[in-house]
Amino acid sequence: MANHGHENGHSHGENAEYYSKRAQAMQALLIEKGVCTLDDILTMADKIDSRSPEDGAKILAHAWVDPEYKKRLLANAEAAFLELGYDLPETSPKITVLENTNDIHNMAVCTLCSCFPRAIIGRPPAWYKELSYRSKVVVDPRGVLQEFGTVLDEAVQVRVIDSSADYRYLILPNRPAGTENMTEEELAKLITQESMIGVGLALSPESVSAG
Amino acid sequence: MASNEKYQLGELVRIRVGVPPTHFRTPEYIQGKQGKIATLWGAFPNPESLAYGGDGLPAQPLYQVEFPQTDLWQDYKGPASDMLLIDIYENWLEKI
Repeated sequence: MANHGHENGHSHGENAEYYSKRAQAMQALLIEKGVCTLDDILTMADKIDSRSPEDGAKILAHAWVDPEYKKRLLANAEAAFLELGYDLPETSPKITVLENTNDIHNMAVCTLCSCFPRAIIGRPPAWYKELSYRSKVVVDPRGVLQEFGTVLDEAVQVRVIDSSADYRYLILPNRPAGTENMTEEELAKLITQESMIGVGLALSPESVSAG
Repeated sequence: MASNEKYQLGELVRIRVGVPPTHFRTPEYIQGKQGKIATLWGAFPNPESLAYGGDGLPAQPLYQVEFPQTDLWQDYKGPASDMLLIDIYENWLEKI
């Protein structure tokens, strides 16, 4: 795949030592030039690290059990996050939620780098940043789904969303069958990080009770 | 941010072709392709200016553009109903 204007065609997941040194150098420069303080950087890092896939799962499980909340979440995700006490840092890109159904399956990627709804579900998994995922998912999304263990019927429309700009996408997975009697807390355990990116489905209730 | 979009929902557009030596957010795989405006996101500071410490003005309306996968890849392995969506700033769109 062609690189995106960077001279070296880098993938952010490779050559960790080089990028770590570069990040340290940039941090030192930002502080030295008074752009921000070390405290600003640590506060923001803590804020990102304080969010995890469990936070997203909690929000999305609530949408499963409360249809009115789901409507609000799909219409204005940020306001709906706030209802549950999740505020986005001022510097966070916009976030919107896409619903997967029996007919439509959304999958998120950032082909340019690693754009991700960090403010709600924390840092992306390593594979999300790798060139292999970023390049393959746009060309062969069903192949990627298969690698993650999901085969979708051809009748289901697959929609790959490339978050290359100011919006980040969080996927509301399709609620699995046989979960009618589960509590919100139990349902949240079915919503994996992969299902919120769209490379997989929510877990089946059997798989959780068996494990 | 207030915006005054040049393109409307459902309108067919072409993605401009170009590989400037500077920062840009329009991947090459989508350049030159025709798609349909699926969502109007409002206007955002232009990342091509922000990347160099600029003010990002004038803000660029941002659009979600939808493409049938089979229009993008000759040997696409999936049904014709599969779609790719990507967010593109107005300065990268062309009228058809």
